Amino acid sequence: MMFSSLADKLQNTLKHLRGKGKLSEKDVDAALREIKLALLEADVNFKVVKEFVAALRERAVGEEVMGSLTPGQQVVKIVNEEMTRLMGETQSGLAFSGKGPTGIMVVGLQGSGKTTTVVKLASHLRKGGRNPLVVAADIYRPGAVRQLQVLSESVGEKCYSNEEANPVEICREGLQLAERENHDPVIFDTAGRLHIDEEMMSEITAIKKEVNPHEVLLVVDAMTGQDAVNAASSFNDAVGLSGVILTKLDGDTRGGAALSVRAVTGCPVKYVGVGEKIDALEPFYPDRMASRILGMGDMLSLIEKAEAAVDQEKAREMEQKMRRQQFTLDDFKEQLGQLRSMGSLDEILNMIPGGGNIPKEVKQMSLNEDNFKQVDAIIGSMTKKEKQDPSVLNSSRRRRIAMGSGTTVQDVNRLLNQFGQMQKMFKKMGSFDKKGGIKKLTKGRGGFPF
Amino acid sequence: MSLIKQYKSGLARSKSGIISSLTSLFSSGELNEEFYEELEEILISGDVGVESAMKLVAELKEEAKKLKYKEREQAKELLVEKLTEIMSSDETAAGLNQNPHVILLVGVNGSGKTTSAAKLANIYRQEGKKVLLVAGDTFRAAAIEQLEIWSERAGVDLIKQQAGSDPSALFFDAMNSAQARGIDIVIGDTAGRLHNKFNLMEELNKVHRTIGRCIESAPHQVLLVIDATTGQNAVAQAKSFNEALPINGVILTKLDGTARGGIVISIRDTLGIPVRYLGTGEKIEDLVPFCAADFARALLEA
Repeated sequence: MMFSSLADKLQNTLKHLRGKGKLSEKDVDAALREIKLALLEADVNFKVVKEFVAALRERAVGEEVMGSLTPGQQVVKIVNEEMTRLMGETQSGLAFSGKGPTGIMVVGLQGSGKTTTVVKLASHLRKGGRNPLVVAADIYRPGAVRQLQVLSESVGEKCYSNEEANPVEICREGLQLAERENHDPVIFDTAGRLHIDEEMMSEITAIKKEVNPHEVLLVVDAMTGQDAVNAASSFNDAVGLSGVILTKLDGDTRGGAALSVRAVTGCPVKYVGVGEKIDALEPFYPDRMASRILGMGDMLSLIEKAEAAVDQEKAREMEQKMRRQQFTLDDFKEQLGQLRSMGSLDEILNMIPGGGNIPKEVKQMSLNEDNFKQVDAIIGSMTKKEKQDPSVLNSSRRRRIAMGSGTTVQDVNRLLNQFGQMQKMFKKMGSFDKKGGIKKLTKGRGGFPF
Repeated sequence: MSLIKQYKSGLARSKSGIISSLTSLFSSGELNEEFYEELEEILISGDVGVESAMKLVAELKEEAKKLKYKEREQAKELLVEKLTEIMSSDETAAGLNQNPHVILLVGVNGSGKTTSAAKLANIYRQEGKKVLLVAGDTFRAAAIEQLEIWSERAGVDLIKQQAGSDPSALFFDAMNSAQARGIDIVIGDTAGRLHNKFNLMEELNKVHRTIGRCIESAPHQVLLVIDATTGQNAVAQAKSFNEALPINGVILTKLDGTARGGIVISIRDTLGIPVRYLGTGEKIEDLVPFCAADFARALLEA
């Protein structure tokens, strides 16, 4: 939690090393200590950390430091690559049956998020043109069947349940129903269970034998600590997992469990849950997860979101303006609008490296919708000339704007201040191509003007 | 006696993990660097956290040196003492002298709030108190039904509104109703929420204020429910929830698995929030009061 950013720390550790050259054993040792601590702080299992660090050492010692990088960045680059490799370099999709319904069995500990995930998955697959059926096989937790029914209904998915039958029978009947009514896939929601509860573990083994699913997915809470390896390997031994779904990634956890689970089961993470809404299920990107675990933020996701929200043509225009430092208050207003369409500021802040550490007061201020409206109103009360060149804003003009927008002169001053900061930031950033954008934004923690 | 037994059976269900490794580590041999390094790893693997683990071991080392200890067994006793000292709390669970005594359960999704609310209700009902459960999770599908079933099992009253209703309004009604009915203990469930969701934390703060407006100095206890399998993020959880409303204690759940819940040491150490109860199973009686000495002992002795 005290970690500002691993990249910064490594930079510090290795700052005595200037210029180019090879990474010496001593450099690597110093860097590896920081990496080890970062991974442990991120909840990667300590045995997994040990193995990973040993592999890193082998690769890093003697490595050339690339011309454009500092030794610290070079180490981060190696770590990132190795970690991405360990987590599976590409996205893994689901396996579908050639004929007949595909069976997808969802298992996990209590409270990991199975029921919500089952409906998210069904809804996601329907968007992909399939016709899923969900089966309620958690007969133990009070209200669990009802929860699945209500959730499925809310998105128009069909849910099979049977209060008289045992879970194995329910799953068999669900599969038969799917065959009769041409549902594909069938998603089985099993009860949460402890991996050391032999009776309950033999139940999922029995279900698996009965329905012979194509996928057995383990649902893992992203906030899980060191114990993730025990649970994952027990489930894998009992039912043979084919993949993992990581839930609650919309929290601020670094999510080291993803690495631990992957290392002990060899199974890829196939999806991640990123919110309470049913559409909050996303594919898993190993490289982004690597950055997140290392405490370097999820810049790639942020940039993707930005790209989705921003009109490409306008973005190019904006970039030109930034470069020529002709960024006006009108542009500022437009940018704010785009920022809002990217999702909640809360979400965005959490994707920025160190964003999770932004003081509460700042967040509070920035998250306030009224604040946005105020900015809108203030800029709207300016003349064209004022918007293009704020330097003409003397005190009488500011008073007029405050009156016109129903704000105070202080509010107007604050906005102009923020705008000034933003302009300064753009000056520093210079060019804003995609790659440079990542690198520079990563370094410019706290540079976000809101 | 029976309490400690139940507690230990929860902690000791698994012979793997921190307990057995600590036992073997401590059983014999001399005090050396290797011992301390191993000890640090064992604490970390129990989710104690790097910072806390290093601090604990460094202090232990220094004290053992000062006392001229040579045996691992001696260091073990010292560690038990240290852990007990960190985890013990002078304040007993706030006195129940005010009626109704209001307890609010909060936490992230899936930590076990609803089940803990029912278990807690059961404890007080067995003490002969008049208990009222409030189905404050109006968001998650069927959470109300879940608590309703539990309330029947525990044999206590339940106040609910329909799904999706405003929790503050519900608690307003519940507080008035509790006073009118002469209830001793009100236990409020709330919707699970990730601590970095600003609006949801604001909602919780509003619930807290509403309760306080209905009954002076209520809620008397706000308990944060933490899943024992949670890693370092639990500290961030405790911190954020504590900023939204004052947290008086922790309920550590799912201790019947292989997770050791060592993160509560960091929470206690950094935020001063004590553990109040432990969840040790799925049955309604599987909730036991926390005892620091037992925790330390059970952690180090299989």
